[in-house]
Amino acid sequence: MKDAFEENAERKAWMGLLSKAPEGRVAALLDAAMARPDFTWLRTPEIGSTMVRGRAGGTGAPFNIGEVTVTRCALTLASGEVGHAYIQGRRKSDAEAAALVDALMQTGQAGAVRKSVLEALEAERSAATIARANKAAATKVEFFTMTRGED
Amino acid sequence: MYVAVKGGEQAIESAHAWLAEERRGDLNIAELSIAQIREQLKLAVDRVMAEGSLYDPDLAALAIKQSRGDLIEAIFLIRAYRTTLPRFGASEPVDTGAMACDRRISATFKDLPGGQVLGPTFDYTHRLLDFKLAADGETPDAPSRESVPGDVPHVTEFLNREGLIEEAPHDDTPPPDLTREPLEMPADRALRLQALTRADEGFTLGLAYSTQRGYARNHAFVGELRIGKVAVEMDIPELGFAIEIGEVTLTECETVNQFKGSKTEPPQFTRGYGLVFGQSERKAISMALVDRALRWEELGEDNVGAPAQDTEFVLYHADNIQATGFLEHIKLPHYVDFQSELELVRKLRREAGADQVQEAAE
Repeated sequence: MKDAFEENAERKAWMGLLSKAPEGRVAALLDAAMARPDFTWLRTPEIGSTMVRGRAGGTGAPFNIGEVTVTRCALTLASGEVGHAYIQGRRKSDAEAAALVDALMQTGQAGAVRKSVLEALEAERSAATIARANKAAATKVEFFTMTRGED
Repeated sequence: MYVAVKGGEQAIESAHAWLAEERRGDLNIAELSIAQIREQLKLAVDRVMAEGSLYDPDLAALAIKQSRGDLIEAIFLIRAYRTTLPRFGASEPVDTGAMACDRRISATFKDLPGGQVLGPTFDYTHRLLDFKLAADGETPDAPSRESVPGDVPHVTEFLNREGLIEEAPHDDTPPPDLTREPLEMPADRALRLQALTRADEGFTLGLAYSTQRGYARNHAFVGELRIGKVAVEMDIPELGFAIEIGEVTLTECETVNQFKGSKTEPPQFTRGYGLVFGQSERKAISMALVDRALRWEELGEDNVGAPAQDTEFVLYHADNIQATGFLEHIKLPHYVDFQSELELVRKLRREAGADQVQEAAE
């Protein structure tokens, strides 16, 4: 049996992935994989903000940098599982899709959702991150000594 | 006496209609889309997000379009929109040590772990107009090289190991928020950093430059400058744990400053800090220099009376929306105010004239 921490860690990972998905992507992957289950709203999609904080000197006392737009919602499947979404930007239909995925991940369909939605998102995200990191790596400076001045 | 007057409704309506027409410009030229502004005028979008204090590239692009490219007007629109949003909470402080860096350079160490990564920079360009951009030019693909995954350590950590630089010890004091409470003096460093990160870029640059030219000089080196994405994590009460709710691009600048020591501190390097939304290194470096200048008191340095050392002066004049609001209000009707001034001047002149006539008679 998994302990609470490990369970949270998994959910934390997929919710994080859903929050950063490109516009429309979660809905497209979900709809391609399965029919959407029936649900009722616990909290209809709502647009708001989160104050982003940094730390002085990178490691010191926190300070406020500015806000970021966030959309959140919560829903209950007919089978009782509760799905939450907090995603970046002003995207109500994406929040709905993300909350459905969160709820479905707690049902018997978790395996199918993981395979068709989460793994695809993860693969796309990782490819984009690596492509960018590789472009950065190509701009890394290689120093070489031309002459030394002492003689 | 207060005199209410009415009028100008028709004129205002016509002015706004003409504004919309001028905004669109020549109808034979294709209209700009929000996505084009977001993708191709990215640094303008970044500035509007930083000074508008709201990270949302699409909204910033819309504001730039609506304001016809007047960035302070765009920032004004974003600030006004921001106040309509319910606040869900505050993030955990972002971990810039885990940044996915597009750029990371140090002016103090040539060979540092992680290396000098230039990123998409204007540096080393010749600042010559590129007429190829005026034609429909294809862009070449940027080269790639296999990268090493993993976090890039901060440069100050190396100096920290020798104890040669002041520490920024971990601290979890909840910061004050100037969007919730009015800015009051004395302002602690957290409040100063919040005011500086959303401060006008030009004002911050001018102040930073003044310190370099000798008005509270603090001998800054760019210890490190990094630009890239960091995850934003927030505690979700209904879940009982924190999740990532998105990611933002940030520019971080850490300066390393000469410090001879004071009554309380040994000779060591001190630090200034800049952290700004988006890719904006001019602003981040400026912020770090001004942050360092404002720290004179806690470091036991002399107040030489320089503008960049005056917290009240800096913080009360750094916000371009406050400044533009007060500055531009003087163009609005002041007919009654001015009428009373006119009366006063006439009265003074009459009195002075009477005196002169008197003097001439004597």
